[in-house]
Amino acid sequence: MDTRELYRDVILDHNRSPRNFGRLEPADAAAVGHNPLCGDSLSLTLRIDGETLREVRFNGQGCAISVASASMMSEAVTGKSLPDVDALYQEVHALLTQPEHTPALPLGKLLALSGVREFPARVKCASLCWHTLNAAIATRNTAMPTPTHTPPTVSTE
Amino acid sequence: MNAQGQAQVHAQAQVHALAPAQALAAGSDYLDARGELVAARVRADFPILARELHGKPLVYLDSAASSQQPRAVLDATARYATTTHANVHRGVHALSQGATAAFEAARETVRRFINARSTREIIFTRGTTEAINLVAQSWGGRSLQAGDEVLITHLEHHSNIVPWQMLCAARGARLLAVPLTPTGELDLGAFEKLLGPRTRMLALAHVSNALGTVLPIAEMIAAAHARGVPVLLDGAQAIAHQRVDVQALDCDFYAFSGHKIYAPTGIGVLYGREALLAAMPPWQGGGDMILTVAIEGSTWNELPWKFEAGTPNISGAIGLGAALEYVETLGRERIAAHEQDLLVVATDALRAVPGLRLIGTARDKVGVVSFTLEGIHPHDIGTILDAEGVAIRTGHHCAMPVMTYYGLAATARASFGVYNDRNDIQRLVEGLGRVREVFA
Repeated sequence: MDTRELYRDVILDHNRSPRNFGRLEPADAAAVGHNPLCGDSLSLTLRIDGETLREVRFNGQGCAISVASASMMSEAVTGKSLPDVDALYQEVHALLTQPEHTPALPLGKLLALSGVREFPARVKCASLCWHTLNAAIATRNTAMPTPTHTPPTVSTE
Repeated sequence: MNAQGQAQVHAQAQVHALAPAQALAAGSDYLDARGELVAARVRADFPILARELHGKPLVYLDSAASSQQPRAVLDATARYATTTHANVHRGVHALSQGATAAFEAARETVRRFINARSTREIIFTRGTTEAINLVAQSWGGRSLQAGDEVLITHLEHHSNIVPWQMLCAARGARLLAVPLTPTGELDLGAFEKLLGPRTRMLALAHVSNALGTVLPIAEMIAAAHARGVPVLLDGAQAIAHQRVDVQALDCDFYAFSGHKIYAPTGIGVLYGREALLAAMPPWQGGGDMILTVAIEGSTWNELPWKFEAGTPNISGAIGLGAALEYVETLGRERIAAHEQDLLVVATDALRAVPGLRLIGTARDKVGVVSFTLEGIHPHDIGTILDAEGVAIRTGHHCAMPVMTYYGLAATARASFGVYNDRNDIQRLVEGLGRVREVFA
């Protein structure tokens, strides 16, 4: 078992210097994800223009895998149409869980997450941000999140 | 069957009781010339410790979550399953009588181990959690009124928080908690103030599972009793590491789990003072806890069976009895001395790791070292140590209020059992070096 497969340079880099870290205020959509296994939480805020995801910010605390995954996700989905975001989500999910999966889409940096497959206890760390993104997008047609409005929460359990 | 009947079956069945396949090694076989435990001889009793983890010899430092089982326990449960298994307290056939005798003999072993007055005070449960729920529901359902208070501490495992929260919510009572100090000890000044005229129960850990702190239970029990408040001790994290004598402690309830003291999972014990247990209503209804059943109403069996509805974990109880006998053979004072040595060595070695912060530095600790590494999440520490063959626990340890107090989501925790040695600590420290390399 080689932890270098898990902690690749690109993952360590995104953990050290997370991209798109912070909060959008106001935001068009928001959600909070929890990983009860380790007590981590991840908060996402989105700016959505029609069918296009214009901006993503995340904050919270998490392990290197969860921070790097959220950081790389934020780069990968910015500027994409919502159907493309969903297609990417399906690809990443397959990448994390299916041993011999051949990606149907160019995944770029996200391919670095393939090492997570060998560490089943850590798949939830990498997928938490994607589940949270789905939950956030699902809220965009409902009331805008405000300080008095609790955003939806998702859990990896 | 009533207690008298059961005692009779017990006596008749003595001849069928399980004879050990081989005598347990004498206690002296485990000692060096100075009378101290030789870890290598103890380790040899635990088959799982011979396996590898990711191609490296296993270093098991997660006994606070669940300890491993020695051959004496594995043999006792296998022997029961292959020679004696049947339901207890019912059959006239030899197997049932043998199973009953072995099950009730395990209860007597538990009684002796914690020095209870009588086996009527020893109730088998699924574990500590079920034992605490039993008290909260059965004792609390009758004794707690609106406006009353239950006092716990900020060090508790969730299993000694949530049952009381549920009870308080149902009865309109208040749950209060004794706060912590930065070293992970209790603020006793605050305790004195929180123990008030409406306090009806003091429920607290004997030892903190997250930090290893030994709580000052002697003075807390005395203060509670001075006000007529009963005390429940969650002994899950204490039972394997120091002598527990419920009469000397003078506690009213003591709960512990088998799997924290080298026995299988799914078996635990509630000790309760007989007068309190006798006054409490049954908790779960079903077989074994009844004397008579009619559609119009039922009558209850005597203690301890009044609180043991349904077919019990017979094999688990027999395994627990064997585990306690194993611990007695090694000697509880010798185990405590061995683990204190490990704690001192581990604390010193970890303090020398750059960026490492010990969480919980109480003067009186057993068995646990909790820590963080600057800039590295405990979950990542756990994964890299695992790849190095070292099993530790990472997370909130089912004690989220403790984590909240320290402003942390999680810690890494190494915990010790009697089979650990200084080499295990060396491997832990080397593994932490590898963690720092990866995140350099």
